[in-house]
Amino acid sequence: MGREVAESCLETLLTEIVSSYCNGVYATKPELAARRIEAIGFQVGHQLSERYTMDRPRFSDHLEAIKFLCKDFWSELFKKQIDNLKTNHRGTFVLQDNRFRWLSHMSIDPSVDTSASIQDPATMAENKAAQAVGMHLYFPCGIIRGALSNLGIQCAVSADISSFPTCSFVVRIKA
Amino acid sequence: MAPVAPRSGDAVFASVDRVNSELFTLTYGAIVRQLLTDLEEVQEVNNQLDQMGYNMGVRLVDEFLAKSNVSRCVDFKETAEVIAKVGFKMFLGVTASVGNWDAEGTTCSIILDDNPLVDFVELPDTCQGLYYCNILSGVIRGALEMVSMKTEVTWMRDMLRGDDAFELQVKLLKQVPEEYPYKDDE
Repeated sequence: MGREVAESCLETLLTEIVSSYCNGVYATKPELAARRIEAIGFQVGHQLSERYTMDRPRFSDHLEAIKFLCKDFWSELFKKQIDNLKTNHRGTFVLQDNRFRWLSHMSIDPSVDTSASIQDPATMAENKAAQAVGMHLYFPCGIIRGALSNLGIQCAVSADISSFPTCSFVVRIKA
Repeated sequence: MAPVAPRSGDAVFASVDRVNSELFTLTYGAIVRQLLTDLEEVQEVNNQLDQMGYNMGVRLVDEFLAKSNVSRCVDFKETAEVIAKVGFKMFLGVTASVGNWDAEGTTCSIILDDNPLVDFVELPDTCQGLYYCNILSGVIRGALEMVSMKTEVTWMRDMLRGDDAFELQVKLLKQVPEEYPYKDDE
């Protein structure tokens, strides 16, 4: 086992990323705050994926790379694998984590519709609660996009928490 | 019931949920990098990191008090020792030392030889004036303020600037007496 730090350090740090971008200069521009948070995640995913694939042969196809992400990569981050992987075999993959760790301390009001895809933060601006949760999803979406980008796969990633605490990450590979 | 004995930093660290430190370190690095892009002045980045740390300290102190079983410190000297030996260990898995006390016992230094925040970090020349680890000074200030101690925390040494250790000077400005909104006998 490598070096570790308390999980609460990471948790409070992630909360601070979201609140400092959402309450600072970007308070009235949630789309810009979202893009910054995603960019931070992208950077992290890119670097981690570089480190975790150092001693591996190249992946032969997209599915192999996605499987690596679901198993090895996810285990390094969350000490568990992705619970379910689906694909339409045309470049869209759905990675489902039945209990996504970074949302486990959040309470979500079930009466609030959080089903909106976080792809469009502007529509969520009306709904503060959904927006707050949605903002926390840009970081992991960025990590996934960064990790795949490092493996040579360009894609768009969104998250769906309509069946919270299950979180589904939808990866659409760009043709 | 007998009071629970305070736990050593190692025991507390062993008992909390932990994550791989690469994830934490790289996340912190990515934040600093993004802030450097978004904010114009390095000084603003320092301030932002300090503010983020302060907010984290305000919340982390609760976890610290709940899990460490540390009882009330008799003086600032003991407080500093507890931060260095239990606090740093519990959260970052490293132990710090305390030194450079002034005659009044209100200013000291917390010294770190090993700092997981800077694994993989090298600063380019364009980042002169950046206190890369400024989040740490914020955390200490925020946490101490929650236990009624107003402090000023300043970097004295920084390995990213070529020094041989990280040294944070903690100066106790004011100890706010706790006031209860009620009296026992009323």
